[in-house]
Amino acid sequence: MRLARVVGTVVATRKNPKLEGATLLLAQPVDQAGEPTGPPQLAIDAVGAGTGELVLLVIEGRAAGTALGRRAAPVDAAIVGIVDPSGVTSD
Amino acid sequence: MQLARVIGTIVATTKDPGLAGRTLLVLQPLSPDREMVGAPLVAVDSVGAGSGEEVFFVRGREAAFPFLPAAVPTDASVIGICDQWTHDPGVPRPAGRRPRSRRRSTRAAAKDRS
Amino acid sequence: MILGKVVGTVVATRKDERLVGSTLLLVQPVLPNGEARGGPIVAVDTVDAGAAETVLVVAGSSARMAAGQADRPVDAAIIGIVDVISIDDAS
Repeated sequence: MRLARVVGTVVATRKNPKLEGATLLLAQPVDQAGEPTGPPQLAIDAVGAGTGELVLLVIEGRAAGTALGRRAAPVDAAIVGIVDPSGVTSD
Repeated sequence: MQLARVIGTIVATTKDPGLAGRTLLVLQPLSPDREMVGAPLVAVDSVGAGSGEEVFFVRGREAAFPFLPAAVPTDASVIGICDQWTHDPGVPRPAGRRPRSRRRSTRAAAKDRS
Repeated sequence: MILGKVVGTVVATRKDERLVGSTLLLVQPVLPNGEARGGPIVAVDTVDAGAAETVLVVAGSSARMAAGQADRPVDAAIIGIVDVISIDDAS
């Protein structure tokens, strides 16, 4: 899993049926200091995350499909947790 | 999954039987600011996307899922056409992620302003 | 999938027994304009591609979904020979 910040939302009327009803969020992977690392990912939201929140992002198909709760869904990334306000400690 | 713009199409007469009848699109991955990121790639269309449209695509083994039970040998597939997206990278970081001293000073500054 | 240009062949007498009978080609990944990108890769040929042809290459576990590759330890397969690449003028 990666730390990521939700930086946007995506609306798509025409999409794969397995994604019907799913929320698509733009998640910017960040390091423990909050600095962006790599390009933003489009991820399925499994936990009701909102823009600006620090979240846990899985970038792996099987885990993302499990998070979505649908078998054989064409997804490769999902938000599976929201980090608490003081939930990251680093030395 | 990533955002992209459809920038072209590919015609290939000789191809894997699993690709027969499929539309091959050339995608340029985009950042949420619509800047090009990385090199263009070829993806199989599963939603009826066309040139110039902004789409999102999935990579890896999951790219074959839209076509099951047919075995389509693809590692990238367009799975949605974007109506719109929002992007706000300037959102404040949660307070818990700032060094304690800086968080205090930020709060103090906010108090001063109010 | 990526576009590539066939730049050579690879002969390996000693290889995984499941690769016996496979044609291995050296493929230079290229951009749609033909410009080389990154280093060449070795891919299993499933469509009888020839030297200097522009081909479609599928990578990762999806490569095993190409015809006849289900049980083979391959991570890149040539699955098409490109006739035409059309790129929008605007892009």
